[in-house]
Amino acid sequence: MVNGLLRGLERLGAATRKAVTRLGFASRFLIAVLRHTPTAFLRLPLTLREIYFAGVLSLVIIVLSGLFVGMVLGLQGYDILSRYGSSEALGTMVTLSLVRELGPVVAALLFAGRAGSAITAEIGLMKTTDQLQAMEMMAVDPLARVVAPKFWGGVISMPFLAALFSASGVFGGYLVGVQLIGLDSGAFWSNMQAAVDFQLDIVNGIIKSAVFGVIVTWIAVFEGYDTKPTAEGVSAATTRTVVEASLAVLAADFILTVFMFRGV
Amino acid sequence: MSRATIDVWVGIFVAIGLGAMVFLSLKAGNLLTTSNAPGYRVEAAFDNIGGLKTRAPVKAAGVTVGRVESITLDPVTYQAVATLRIERQYEFTRDTIASILTSGLLGEVYVGLDVGGDEEMLADGHRISKTQSAIVLEKLVGQFMLNQASSLAGETK
Repeated sequence: MVNGLLRGLERLGAATRKAVTRLGFASRFLIAVLRHTPTAFLRLPLTLREIYFAGVLSLVIIVLSGLFVGMVLGLQGYDILSRYGSSEALGTMVTLSLVRELGPVVAALLFAGRAGSAITAEIGLMKTTDQLQAMEMMAVDPLARVVAPKFWGGVISMPFLAALFSASGVFGGYLVGVQLIGLDSGAFWSNMQAAVDFQLDIVNGIIKSAVFGVIVTWIAVFEGYDTKPTAEGVSAATTRTVVEASLAVLAADFILTVFMFRGV
Repeated sequence: MSRATIDVWVGIFVAIGLGAMVFLSLKAGNLLTTSNAPGYRVEAAFDNIGGLKTRAPVKAAGVTVGRVESITLDPVTYQAVATLRIERQYEFTRDTIASILTSGLLGEVYVGLDVGGDEEMLADGHRISKTQSAIVLEKLVGQFMLNQASSLAGETK
């Protein structure tokens, strides 16, 4: 009985210690990557290549998802708003929900699944096949050559992707609200323009997406670098990237929202 | 894939990303007409501002001519002092009446300006002397009920 309790406590302690160690390792890893920022920008083609893989190749999924989310918001929003006789507020509702929340958050979740998993798998496989060690043998720092460009490529891509998501979502809401349901186009846009504030809504949305970009890419490169060098290790690390990044984005979104929009 | 192709694609990506941000700022956020237009500030003291909030529009004849910048309570008179920022191209007479109005029954609250006939114009830092407070629905209902009750009492006597 006492032994069992002790063993349980021991396991809890070990788990806590491991989690804290991992967090510390991840933080030191981030600092090391940030220290290699100059190389990522001095050798710009490397970073551009990563923007291509993380950003350009995510364009289609982001724009299409944004369009569909916007159209669904238009339909559901109209259904609810028309009960209160204020269906002309549809543009406001669609735009505010997209710019403040859905744009940054859903774009970050899609980004974690589309680009984050690819980053982890690539770095993990390079580690498993000893390519990272081979680089070190040739006196090439893998942090500077591989990790830092991937990190900055993701961080730079994310705000653009979120803005695209929001913009195509607003367009989707316009398609449903004005073209399909037949709301007045003037009321749709002017109510939106009266309610959406540049500083409060749009700038805060961009800040959110930048923070999410750092979180997702940081987790992705760290999980890749920390992979157990086996086939299962790579698959486990890829899964962990998507799960951890999604949870971290949602939690960070709550915290940011508390600071940005409380009392407004 | 060659470096030039990647460069072109990244260029396209960044361009449409920036385009989306500009679209959101201009078309949705209406950046050009709201915050950047140069303007002047005037104050208006109200007995009760009702549901007026900062950033609420200031309208003259239904046209938005400015925004409410801040609302404070005067510690001496216990009146609410709203600072209105009005776009420079619009000028109003000194005896302009500022009233707090609501668009529709449940719509947004805004400050309406009714121009008078004074020769002098409002300028930065001036205070609008004639104001009309917000109509508080609860008070109206209360008054109505009171009237009804007293008239009923008069009938039964």
